[in-house]
Amino acid sequence: MAAHLKKRVYEEFTKVVQQQHEDLSTKKLRLTKPSKSAALHVDLCKATSPADALQYLLQFARKPVEVESVEGVVRILLEHYYKENDASVRLKIASLLGLLSKTAGFSPDCIMDDAINTLQNEKSHQVLAQLLDTLLVIGAKLPENPSVRMRLVEVACKHLTDSSHGVRNKCLQLIGCLGPVEKGVAKEAESQAAKDVQKIIGDHFNDQDPRVRTAAIKAMLQLHERGLKLQQAIYSQACKLLADDYEQVRSAAVQLIWVLSQLYPESIVPIPSSNEEIRLVDDAFGKICHMVSDGSWVVRVQAAKLLGSMQQVSSHFLEQTLDKKLMSDLRRKRTAHERAKELYSSGEFSSGRKWGDDAPKEEIDTGAVNLIESGACGAFVHGLEDEMYEVRIAAVEALCMLAQSSPSFAEKCLDFLVDMFNDEIEEVRLQSIHTMRKISNNITLREDQLDTVLAVLEDSSRDIREALHELLCCTNVSTKEGIHLALVELLKNLTKYPTDRESIWKCLKFLGSRHPTLVLPLVPELLSTHPFFDTPEPDMDDPAYIAVLVLIFNAAKSCPTMPALFSDHTFRHYAYLRDSLSHLVPPLRLPGRKLVSSAVSPSITPHEDPSQQFLHQSLERVYNFQHLDPQGIQELLEFTIRDLQRLGELQSELAGMADFTATYLQCQLLLIKALQEKLWNVAAPLYLKQNALASAAAKQILEETYKMEFMYSGVESRQVVIIHHMRLQAKALQLIVTARTTRGVEPLFGMCEKFLQEVDAFQRCFISELPHMQGSFVDKLLDLMPRLVTSKPSEVVKILQTTLRQSTFLHLPLPEQLHRATANIIEPTGESDNPLRFTSGLVVALDVDATLEHVQDPQGTVKVQVLYPDGQAQLIHPKPADFRNPGPGRHRLITQVYLSHTAWTEPCQIEVRLLLAYNSNRSKASTRIPKSTWSESLEALPPSENGIEGTIPFSKPVKVYIMPKPARR
Amino acid sequence: FTCAGAGQDVGRSCILVSIAGKNVMLDCGMHMGYNDDRRFPDFSYITQNGRLTDFLDCVIISHFHLDHCGALPYFSEMVGYDGPIYMTHPTKAICPILLEDYRKITVDKKGETNFFTSQMIKDCMKKVVAVHLHQTVQVDEELEIKAYYAGHVLGAAMFQIKVGCESVVYTGDYNMTPDRHLGAAWIDKCRPDLLISESTYATTIRDSKRCRERDFLKKVHETVERGGKVLIPVFALGRAQELCILLETFWERMNLKAPIYFSTGLTEKANHYYKLFITWTNQKIRKTFVQRNMFEFKHIKAFDRAFADNPGPMVVFATPGMLHAGQSLQIFRKWAGNEKNMVIMPGYCVQGTVGHKILSGQRKLEMEGRQILEVKMQVEYMSFSAHADAKGIMQLIRQAEPRNVLLVHGEAKKMEFLKQKIEQEFHVSCYMPANGETTTILTNPCIPVDISLGLLKRETAIGPLPDAKKPKLMHGTLLMKDN
Repeated sequence: MAAHLKKRVYEEFTKVVQQQHEDLSTKKLRLTKPSKSAALHVDLCKATSPADALQYLLQFARKPVEVESVEGVVRILLEHYYKENDASVRLKIASLLGLLSKTAGFSPDCIMDDAINTLQNEKSHQVLAQLLDTLLVIGAKLPENPSVRMRLVEVACKHLTDSSHGVRNKCLQLIGCLGPVEKGVAKEAESQAAKDVQKIIGDHFNDQDPRVRTAAIKAMLQLHERGLKLQQAIYSQACKLLADDYEQVRSAAVQLIWVLSQLYPESIVPIPSSNEEIRLVDDAFGKICHMVSDGSWVVRVQAAKLLGSMQQVSSHFLEQTLDKKLMSDLRRKRTAHERAKELYSSGEFSSGRKWGDDAPKEEIDTGAVNLIESGACGAFVHGLEDEMYEVRIAAVEALCMLAQSSPSFAEKCLDFLVDMFNDEIEEVRLQSIHTMRKISNNITLREDQLDTVLAVLEDSSRDIREALHELLCCTNVSTKEGIHLALVELLKNLTKYPTDRESIWKCLKFLGSRHPTLVLPLVPELLSTHPFFDTPEPDMDDPAYIAVLVLIFNAAKSCPTMPALFSDHTFRHYAYLRDSLSHLVPPLRLPGRKLVSSAVSPSITPHEDPSQQFLHQSLERVYNFQHLDPQGIQELLEFTIRDLQRLGELQSELAGMADFTATYLQCQLLLIKALQEKLWNVAAPLYLKQNALASAAAKQILEETYKMEFMYSGVESRQVVIIHHMRLQAKALQLIVTARTTRGVEPLFGMCEKFLQEVDAFQRCFISELPHMQGSFVDKLLDLMPRLVTSKPSEVVKILQTTLRQSTFLHLPLPEQLHRATANIIEPTGESDNPLRFTSGLVVALDVDATLEHVQDPQGTVKVQVLYPDGQAQLIHPKPADFRNPGPGRHRLITQVYLSHTAWTEPCQIEVRLLLAYNSNRSKASTRIPKSTWSESLEALPPSENGIEGTIPFSKPVKVYIMPKPARR
Repeated sequence: FTCAGAGQDVGRSCILVSIAGKNVMLDCGMHMGYNDDRRFPDFSYITQNGRLTDFLDCVIISHFHLDHCGALPYFSEMVGYDGPIYMTHPTKAICPILLEDYRKITVDKKGETNFFTSQMIKDCMKKVVAVHLHQTVQVDEELEIKAYYAGHVLGAAMFQIKVGCESVVYTGDYNMTPDRHLGAAWIDKCRPDLLISESTYATTIRDSKRCRERDFLKKVHETVERGGKVLIPVFALGRAQELCILLETFWERMNLKAPIYFSTGLTEKANHYYKLFITWTNQKIRKTFVQRNMFEFKHIKAFDRAFADNPGPMVVFATPGMLHAGQSLQIFRKWAGNEKNMVIMPGYCVQGTVGHKILSGQRKLEMEGRQILEVKMQVEYMSFSAHADAKGIMQLIRQAEPRNVLLVHGEAKKMEFLKQKIEQEFHVSCYMPANGETTTILTNPCIPVDISLGLLKRETAIGPLPDAKKPKLMHGTLLMKDN
């Protein structure tokens, strides 16, 4: 066989050489490939020492091998394998075999026999393990072949008795991945084998090597993942493994127990050393809880995580996890939680504590104290106090999941969660706040708990405060004092961190609408009204006063008696706020006042449909304009655009849609206007000046099309086609204008060719859409394509001009949902009169805080632009971590922008705005590559290009007053 | 095993272990309560007038508290010991500072003679060998020791002492719950023949640390917001650093501006070492020190006597911790009259001190010179203690899986309870010797036998696969040399 092989190889080799001589230059790539196997063979024969051979193999492994030549290569490798004496070379060959069998499209069953044969004669343990690994790869490549798998499993079983752990490891892994899982298909043989597999693996749970034990458990888990139902008998074995000396074994065992508890939650297991029996899931829960105080933190994290997903556990066991009995000198002591609760229920407020307030009370029977918890006792108490924050986070997550499924548990774990608000690591605090929010519909906060929660409002981390605001949005407070306390703390927060304004108002909005009855008795106090005296009117611009009003107005929405308590100016303020902060202040039915808002706002909703209809109607009208004279068309377009823009302002839901269509119509309008310019009729030399409008129009259309393509989320390919079509038209226009204005033909050649390439690209990209574009510009153009390619530039221009004029206006189909990307810079506000002073040449950091809506992938696209008064522009790449994602479609950018400049004589304003960068390569259609060279952070760009190519400004610019001072010497 | 001190008693830890013919002394502490000979352990007991160096193979110090290392210079220089002394790096760094401070107080202030000198401390420190965590140190051919992390204070360690296959673990003082600056004690499943554990809190199960911390912070915060001053009397090392970290991070988090002061002297030197030994602290400090070393306090500044009269809120840490003398008492006298102010006692106070008096509710104090000081300021008590509680002790025993347990460093009555529990839960025998009492524990030593590889392979090949942890019978001839 070997001789035959060699012959084949040499044949191949010689063949290749010949072909290389024939046409080396053109088809080099394809032809050198088959030579690989031959070259390898030659190399390996040349190799004098094992080290050399290894080197050759390593080099060989770096290059990919094509599917056709894999088999040949494998044969050669095997041949060398038989001859090779050195174990390390054999090992490398074995690993190469595995790699090669992974090649896509190669069916490895042909080499399986050889691989199994080699196993029989192999002595080295490492090579054996590697060969088994190869077999595993082969087996994994052949999922449809049960007999092969059976054979491989048998081979693996044979080698399970090997004395090396590595070999046993691989065998178990192989059995786990390939062992039969189908039960009951073929009853006799198959199920027998399936049972065998579990038994075989189970036997290795007691292997002397921890690595093999781990592999056995992992193999078992693998079988489970592949759909085999594990037997319950394994449970007791797995429990024994929990006490293993090695952490990886314990970690895997915890997982196995969890799997079993999910499989057989209701079966009954006996408790050792007593006659009682409990449900398996409870027993497993207890065991996993026990592992929360394991010596290794990896196991602790694992255990804590798994606890969260054991929802079938009975509530009795669940509540034990929070149990911890305190004692001091053998006398029972109450926990701080219990004391707080008692204080609360007895109606007292916590006074300054005396020494010994927590003095132990009753004596404890020494026999009754259980120091080592059996089962679930105090698992979470331990987990939450763990020294590793990974464990604490896992425990908080588990608490969250369990509390979501059990309201009574939620109530109980509240104290512990509140405690976690003071953890030393911010992530843990944040996680526990989020957890609390998730379970907040199950719980009501006690006053003392609320107190602790509110104390965190002073945290300097913005994330924490905002998370807390969100938590407060959905908490239930039990008393009116609680509401008052919350309000006071929030106002304190507001004065300390004025930037939290929006978030606090929003929080109070929900707080008010959730607790109208609790707010009601507080109203006079909050508005500081007096039964007899008129009180001074508060300042309307005070954020704190607005906050109070937001709370009250939202409460008044569902509490009709409340407005009676308002004083005159409150009504006036209401009207003002309803207009200025309509998202925070709800419409109210106010007595004796015919406020416009109360009349209009309820009726807005039914309007929704008509406005949509209106949108469609006006579009219909536009699309039928062909019958009108040019003047009429222009007017109609202008009016429709105006209507649409107004509609967008009125109806926020339709804004995206209306803007989108308006932009499209605007493009069309520009195109029509440009085509009607006089310049087309005048003789060439005369209109040099007049072309300005046309070329400007072309430029603007280009810009608008980019906006349409990249600024709206929800744009589908149907729209993209139309947009690109419009862009193509604009380019044609550009070409015509240039052709008319420039003298000489040379520059035109290049332009024409480029344009034709673009038409070609358009056709290639949107081939499927072309049938929909009957009578359009591109349709006509493609008909004329053969002529265009051969004709001179001047002719091309002529043809283009006529087609542009004759082509029809394409309908723009509207997608379901369309949103325009918007950005709003919250900070800097641009109101400050105090310039930001810094020494010239040094940098100053400017905090930028902005909300982004409907921006896809903001990390990649949103940039900050800074424009200096001297026209210098800076483009800044915010870090990906600066973007937060508070909700679907919404993003928040909180970043710092570094400014620097040479010295100025007086303070001046710079402009800060956000840009949306796009790369037209991103869309499949365009071949144009924008100058997207803003590689790192800062880059000065020439001021003339205001809307930088490749970016769209999408926020209002904010002016910041700065003053670089000259450096003092 | 002999307890020269600390048997059923707190203070003056000193334990003598004889293991497989090797003698090891664990800790060399002094009793703070006595001012005569009783303050040091009775070393003559060990050898009966022989030379200590000949008798002892090594001395191990678990941490720098004086009740664990206070008698060291006396022992090595005045009694005379030249063998190796093992301790961890932070202990080696901080221990001499404390000894020197203690010497100053006893010799310079109280005027005692017959006490060790500064030079003696230096000489003694020259005999110290510093060890790393989890580093196995070969003391001689047979004896090896290994340190494990113990929490409690910076550099506190548990030591495993091993001779052949017999081993002892001595815990020193340890803490199983992490705090703001230190992690929790940890030991692997080393299955020693004997675990010698402290048992200060044998009968106590403590509440979560978080509640206490929250209470503490809330009180300080409220007082500062009101414009009051807060006095926290502390001992220079250990808890003081924990509370500093606690307040520092809180100030950072809450963006507070009120100044925090720390009385200078000893503490500054110690803080320096805390900065250096970052690897010995807890996860948070270890992870964040690249950005900022938590012990480089931003808000905490050195205290000056004149600051006490400054208007406005402030927080002051002052020594000593029981308000019996020194700076803390001076400040206390200045501030006691104002009800806006507060004093927080973070630890236990001995009877007779001002601290104890105010804690027990006394509002009028008689100071020297017949002065009556009326205490209007608020008085708070918070327990921040770093010993393992009963649960912690049990947890450690579970982790280490010893064959025998021996309790020291605790009160007899309390130890009795814990002993019962240990015997009941783990089914291991438990001892609690008194001072001077010797406990002998029989071990079942395994005798290693050399076997030729060929024989071993042949034998294992015969039967089925060697089963884990099960003995296997082999046939061969046993040759015993030089015995």
